[in-house]
This record gives sequence, structure tokens and C-alpha cells, in this order.
Amino acid sequence: MAVVAAVPRVEAQATPRNFGDQVLGVVLRSAALVLVLLVLAMVAAMVHASWPAMRAFGWRFLTTSTWDPVAEQFGAIPFVYGTLLSSLLALLIAVPLGIGAAIYLAELAPAWIRPPIAFLVELVAAVPSVIYGLWGIFVLAPLLRVWVQPALGKTLGFLPLFQGPPYGVGMLAAGIILAIMVVPYITAVSREVLLAVPNTQREAALALGATRWETTRIAVLRYGRSGLVGAVLLGLGRALGETMAVTMVIGNRPEVAVSLFAPGYTMASVVANEFAEATSDLYLAALIEIGLLLFVVTVVVNALARLLVWSVGGPVKAVRE
Amino acid sequence: MKTAWITALALLVTSALAQPAAAQTLINGAGATFPYPIYSKWFDEYTKVDPEVRFNYQSIGSGGGIKQVTARTVDFGATDGPMSDDQLKAAPSELLHIPTVMGAVVATYNLPGSPKLKFSGDVLADIFLGKITKWNHPKIAALNAGVSLPDQPIVVVHRSDGSGTTYIFVDYLSKISSEWDKKVGRGTSVNWPVGLGGKGNEGVSGQVKQQPGALGYVELAYAVKNNLPVASVKNAADKFVAPSIASTTAAAAGAAKSMPDDFRVSLTNPPGDEAYPIASFTWLLVYKDQPNELKGRALAKFLWWMSHEGQKYADDLLYAPLPTPVVKQIEAKIKQITYQGKPLLAAR
Repeated sequence: MAVVAAVPRVEAQATPRNFGDQVLGVVLRSAALVLVLLVLAMVAAMVHASWPAMRAFGWRFLTTSTWDPVAEQFGAIPFVYGTLLSSLLALLIAVPLGIGAAIYLAELAPAWIRPPIAFLVELVAAVPSVIYGLWGIFVLAPLLRVWVQPALGKTLGFLPLFQGPPYGVGMLAAGIILAIMVVPYITAVSREVLLAVPNTQREAALALGATRWETTRIAVLRYGRSGLVGAVLLGLGRALGETMAVTMVIGNRPEVAVSLFAPGYTMASVVANEFAEATSDLYLAALIEIGLLLFVVTVVVNALARLLVWSVGGPVKAVRE
Repeated sequence: MKTAWITALALLVTSALAQPAAAQTLINGAGATFPYPIYSKWFDEYTKVDPEVRFNYQSIGSGGGIKQVTARTVDFGATDGPMSDDQLKAAPSELLHIPTVMGAVVATYNLPGSPKLKFSGDVLADIFLGKITKWNHPKIAALNAGVSLPDQPIVVVHRSDGSGTTYIFVDYLSKISSEWDKKVGRGTSVNWPVGLGGKGNEGVSGQVKQQPGALGYVELAYAVKNNLPVASVKNAADKFVAPSIASTTAAAAGAAKSMPDDFRVSLTNPPGDEAYPIASFTWLLVYKDQPNELKGRALAKFLWWMSHEGQKYADDLLYAPLPTPVVKQIEAKIKQITYQGKPLLAAR
């Protein structure tokens, strides 16, 4: 995560270093290398294990949407769709909330209130996901079914997004649960980023006659942009890979439905659900290919997000503005 | 302070030395999660019968159990669905299926007043196929004279995780309905035509409790423990039978007459007036010719104990014990377990 990218980098010296520095260099370099090797080994293992499915289905795996373990027909579209849609939904809710809370904590909140709230945020981040899932089944889903979904259906029912019978569980519930799980991450990291913005930035803006909002926008948020993107990507990573809580509330139906009320399915969920009892080789290979696909989707989504940020404003050059 | 350290050290050394002296036989197993409560009870009780033997059982799922026993990384496997012919052929030597207890799967629902409902297999199949969508459908009403059924959509709830419970349920539907057999078929996970998926028994029952008009299926034990409303189901003798331990045992008794020699049999829809039709064995998988004499003999003795004295623990944990005729058939099977061709259990 590029949380500290805004800090100016000290260029390494080309002069010969002492022995200790060389040892340190070797140790750190191999630590970094191990990480790279680990990722490559994971990819290699997954490709190897999913080979039977790749050979049997080829590109059809990515272009069909039937998931039938009995007939051994496997298509991944509903799972990819469900993972992307639920994560997008989660970010739509969590980003304004998380960054808003972080701005309040770093810029506006009275000093005495900051530590307890920051502590609570970190506490929420430590709640195990199965707890969120159970809360989702027993509190969130009935709430959605009885109040939220009928209300949405009545007011915005002309949109295909809000049509269909209200089950409570479904894509909407998954998105909300994910948002709740992701908010503390985004808040905690964003707050650290904003606190790391040097005070001279704020003072300069204020000295030019900027209002509080203008100071926050121009001097603080823009300066910390790269770090904030890091915070959102951390949240996104958690949302894409979250398994247990989503499985418990998404309805687990491998179908591509436009409505947020309809049940869906995610890549992580189907692997968690079906891996233990998958007996045939092809079935198992298909599940592992889903895992590989999740890996690829995560990498692609992260890369796209970074490209998007770069194309909007280039990699951080905040100090000049 | 110093003496405390020395004592601790001495204890450590003696315990380390004592370890090999006990010469315990450790038998590793892995597989089905459904029978895990009774297996762990058995393994615990059995240490009183034979203190020399310890069991280590990992409930990783039937699929994992079959895989590990085939790869011989464990001494025995456990499964809720019998191995296929192909899977048996893939094993390095002949594997035996030994039934241990039985379980049943029940239909549970959420209707105002929780009336006692009756279903037949084809009505259940039609509901899970999405052909019957309302509770007041004439086919349901015909089976439930006197019950006022609401004009409400049926919300079907099934297991989302691969499960022996699902296998038993869809195996039953496949036997009753040729349309189900063709369109969906049998498996631990299937391509459900309709419905919501809940994870585990608790996920299904949680959603059934939350959704008015929901219908789902869970294990008998889970339904009894949680006081869920359960439906009677019409059996092969055209009798409506409520799910219970006794009616599950009756299902195995009904199937005993036509029991195949390898016990790989489905108990769903068996003959017998009292038989509840959605029931199944769960099996242990052991090699007929054991690779290790000591472990093999211990395992065979345990199997004998499990199928006799061990059965009395079944009731409390809400599993159905094996009926006597089946125990007799199992006895013969256990006697066939050998080490290098020699039977491991002396004639009893």
C-alpha cells in the first residue's frame, strides 16, 4: 500500500558501504524476493491444480453461467459478477463514510474525543466475520425485508435495481455487510494518512484565506491522495476476498440478476461452500480455477484503480498546488 | 525459585521419557462432519475399553475423507455418501464401507401457527423444482385436509455448502421424481432450480425462521434440538410417517432384506410401514487388507465395539442406531478384515 508514498525518498548512496549495510541489504532483498516467489508459487500451484478444468472447458469457463456439479458443467460468470457487484456496492457505501469519519477525526474533532473514537474504530476492525454474518442473518436481513426493501421498492421500484420479492438476504445485504466490515479499515488508514500531512500545508492554505473546507480539500486531501487510495484499495481487497459473512447473507444463488434484492453468489463463497465435499477431480479443479480467477480479478481491479487515480491527477505532486 | 525451575525441568524430562513407554496406538481418520458428534463420543468412550488405542478424527468433509483414505494419509475415512465405482477403483486396494449409524433429513417450514403438515415425495419435488410456488396449491391442500394454507409464495431454502444432508434429500427426490432425476440429479451440491442457499443447518433453519412462507430441509437431529416444525412424509407403503429416531431405524430395517454385500445402499424410500423415507447410513471406510497389523487389529476391534456396545450412545445424540439384522451383516464384514491375508479378529 502506498500509504507513505508522499514522504520524500532519500536516494541510496552509490559509495561503497560497510559490511553491516551489505548484510542488511541482502536480508531485506531476500525478504522481498520471498514475497514475490510466494505469489508465483501460488499461481503455479493453482494453475497446475485447475488444469483439468481448463482443459475441459477452456474459455467457456469464463463465458457461461451454469454451475452444475452433478452434470459437471461449470461456468464462472455469476460468481465474478457477484464478487464485483457486492464489492462495488460496499465501496459506494464505505468510501464516503470511512473517509468522512477520518476527516472528522483528523481535522475537526475536539482533541478529547479523538482517542476513544479511533480506539472504537480499531475495535470494530477486529470483530470476526462470522459474527457479522450471524448479525446479518438475524438482524440485518429481517430489517431489510420488512422495512428497507419495501420502502425502496415503493419509491425507486421503477429502477430494475430495486425490483423483485424482498427476501432480506441477497446482493443488497451482502453489500451492506461488506461496507460495515470495510469502513473501519478505510477510516483507520485514512486517519493515519491525514495525520501525516504536515501542518505547514494547512497553515499555508489558511494564510491564503482559505476556509476550513477549502483547506481540507486543497491542502490535506490532495496531499494525502495516494495514501487515501491505498486505504480504499485495502478496503476493496478485504471486500473482494471476504467469505464467511457474505456467504451467510448473499443467498448463494449462482445467477446474474440486475436487482439488488435478488440472491447472488461470490467466488470466495462458492469455494468455501463446496470445496470440502467436492469429490470428483473435475469439480475440484473447477473450484480451484475459481480461486485462480479471484486472484486474477483482484490483481486487475487493483491495477485499474491505480491507473484510474494516475490518469486523474498523476502520481502525487501535491506540494506544488 | 531455583528449585521450582529444577522441578519443572525434571517433570519435563520424565514426561518426555514416559511418552514412548506408553506405546499407544494412534489411529488417524478423516471425513464426514455429520457423524462427528457421535464419532468423538465413541473415540472418547473407547479409551475406557482399550486404553492402548487413541483415535484422531478430523471432520473435514466426506470428499476430503475419501481423498485422504485413498491416498493412505489416514488409517480410515468416513463419508455420508457411498463411494462411486470409479472412486473405489482408484483406491490402492479394496475398501470396505462399514455403516455406523443413520441420520434422517426433515422438511421444516415457517407458516403462521406452525400447523402439522404432510408431504408426498412428488409434491416436495415439484416445490423444489419451482412448479408449485404457493402454499395453497391444490396438491398441497389435498394432502393436508383441515389445515388452512395461506395464499403465500413458498420461499425454498436449501444448503449452500456441499453436504451429505443435501445428498440424502436429493437422492430421495431423484427416486420419486423422474423429472428431478433428469433435470437436477444427485450430489452433495446440485444446481438448484429455485431457492435461497443457507450455509449449514443453522443457515437453512435461520432463514426458514426469518422468512414467512419458507420451506427448507435440515438434519433430524438439528430439527429436534431446536424444536423446528417438521413435516410427515409419505413412504413407499403409502403411509405418512413423522421423522423420528425410531422411524429412521425402521427405514434401515426395511432395507436390510435387500442389503447389497458392500453396504453401498441408499436408504431413501425403503419398504416398510413405519419407515421414514428420507434416511441414510453414514459409513466408515477401511481397507480390507490392513497395512499394519497392530493398527488393523485395533481398528477391527473398535468397529466391532462400535456396532454393538457403541450403538447405545446413538439415541442421546439423536442418531438412529443400526437395526439388528444389519448389525449381523456388519459382523460378517468386520471378520473379513485381514492383515496379509490373515483375518485380524479371531472367530467370535
